[in-house]
Amino acid sequence: MSKSSIPASGEKIVRVASGQGFWGDWLEAPRRQVEGGDVDYLMLDYLAEVTMSILQKQKERDPKMGYARDFIGAVESVLPAVAKRGVRVIANAGGVNPPACAEAVRAVAAKHGVSSDVRVGVVTGDDLLPRLDELIASGHALANMETGEALSTVRDRVLSANAYIGSTPIIDALGKGANIVITGRSTDTALTMAPLRYEFGWGNADWDRLAAGIVAGHIIECGAQCSGGNCLYDWRNIPDLANIGYPIVEGHADGSFVIYKHPHTGGRISVPSVSEQLVYEMGDPHSYITPDVIADFTSIQLEQAGENRVRVFGIKGKPPTDKLKVSIAYRAGYKAVGTLVYAWPDALDKAKLADRVLRERLERLGLRFDHILTEFVGVSAAHGPLAGETHDAPEVQLRVGVRGGDKAAVERFTREIAPLVLNGPPSVTGFAGGRPKVEEIVAYWPALIDKSVVQTRVEVLS
Amino acid sequence: MKIRLLDIAHARSGDKGDTANVGVIALEPRWYPVLAEYLTLDRVREHFRGVITGPVERYELPNLKALNFLLHGALDGGGTLSLKTDAQGKVFSTAMLRMILDVPDDRAKALGLPGHKEWPTYQRSPKE
Repeated sequence: MSKSSIPASGEKIVRVASGQGFWGDWLEAPRRQVEGGDVDYLMLDYLAEVTMSILQKQKERDPKMGYARDFIGAVESVLPAVAKRGVRVIANAGGVNPPACAEAVRAVAAKHGVSSDVRVGVVTGDDLLPRLDELIASGHALANMETGEALSTVRDRVLSANAYIGSTPIIDALGKGANIVITGRSTDTALTMAPLRYEFGWGNADWDRLAAGIVAGHIIECGAQCSGGNCLYDWRNIPDLANIGYPIVEGHADGSFVIYKHPHTGGRISVPSVSEQLVYEMGDPHSYITPDVIADFTSIQLEQAGENRVRVFGIKGKPPTDKLKVSIAYRAGYKAVGTLVYAWPDALDKAKLADRVLRERLERLGLRFDHILTEFVGVSAAHGPLAGETHDAPEVQLRVGVRGGDKAAVERFTREIAPLVLNGPPSVTGFAGGRPKVEEIVAYWPALIDKSVVQTRVEVLS
Repeated sequence: MKIRLLDIAHARSGDKGDTANVGVIALEPRWYPVLAEYLTLDRVREHFRGVITGPVERYELPNLKALNFLLHGALDGGGTLSLKTDAQGKVFSTAMLRMILDVPDDRAKALGLPGHKEWPTYQRSPKE
């Protein structure tokens, strides 16, 4: 065990700070987490469901790409803490190219003259794309978990395929001395659970403690979303959001932990703010399935343990399944969304007429789409018919989207928005952005695969 | 007595494919039994009729004073396929809180539930 924090009581604690909740999160957060007070680990989560496919496209264009480039800047901003103060970084920033990500990190360390203090651990083996045909041929259907369809129906359009891997390879990398661990498609929660399991030496069948580590990971994996960000409860009174503090797990050997944030930061950590994050993206709360353990969210106990401190305890876990989830991305046609703004009086009626005119023109052009969706922003885009209709709205944004396999049809649609400004209903504005852009749709295909098929590898570069 | 869900609960929603999940949490722990009793599968199904295309699932988390609902077919295909503004189901939370529950007067009074006339009262800061 490298580093630990022993308070006066003699009980060891391990502090894991969250510095990034998704690729695109606050650039300031990682540095603030290592400078605002003592932490042992910095956890950075970069991967959402479709991120891997974007990265795969980048790697096809340039074999040195395919990882979350924001991570390199994040490492640079925390380098003194890593090199001189022993803070360790764990991130799934490797995307579809963890080795290239590791090289970029080493280049930054060299630039700052701290190469000898940086040991980069690289976890690979989650990428199943090169093995896909072999896997299908040997009987792994990789059926869509939602529709049941076999992957062979979209095989020729697959862009990326990655198994969600758990905490074990991260622990191996820490054990081999890595102080920056880079993974590909690790589960978000493993990035937090792994350092707790490593530091406390929890066994791989210590279900309750492993589940506690997963719950800790779930609470901080979305960054400030548990410390006052996007918090509906008493939102007007949450202090100083401009200076919001990101969450930190203070882990204890028995599996209990405290969620807190650095002093002199904004936001709020309370039972309601943590509860909101616990229910975020929740399925069946009895079975939160991960590669390491199944956590029971109905066992979680919360208590306010001081200002901006919430204690979490009582968590139960059970053995995982023999499958891993696989995240597959495939090309699924094209889409475009166009918008125009209609002003009072009768803004909604004008927008509705424009929608009818537009649809009639698309029809006459013989354009075929899988789907056309119209929304009236300011009236019904957020809550649909539940909001009722406001006929005296000061303005309404007409928002029309189309999707389909025919790229030319989607492109033609984008030419039909602007003309409405001069040849449709009146009091219209908001077209300065120009023609909408056509986007290729890369869709998500969740599947399962036998655990035994996926072999992860760990290498520590120094 | 008519009780607006917004006045007795807070909520957060998210997505998993084409399914939106909505976690509804009692603003005060002693109000959780009202949610458990009156925020039924039928009420939620009816509330989102015409908004979602699939079935609804309901789970209870008495430990968090919360209910979790899975609304299937809520996101126009979900993820990158969706053409919706709210492709990730982020605001299904407050759509849920628009619901009006019928709670017997004596029960509502005994629990101090905020009634119809006190709307809108969300700015207040209930005791934890």
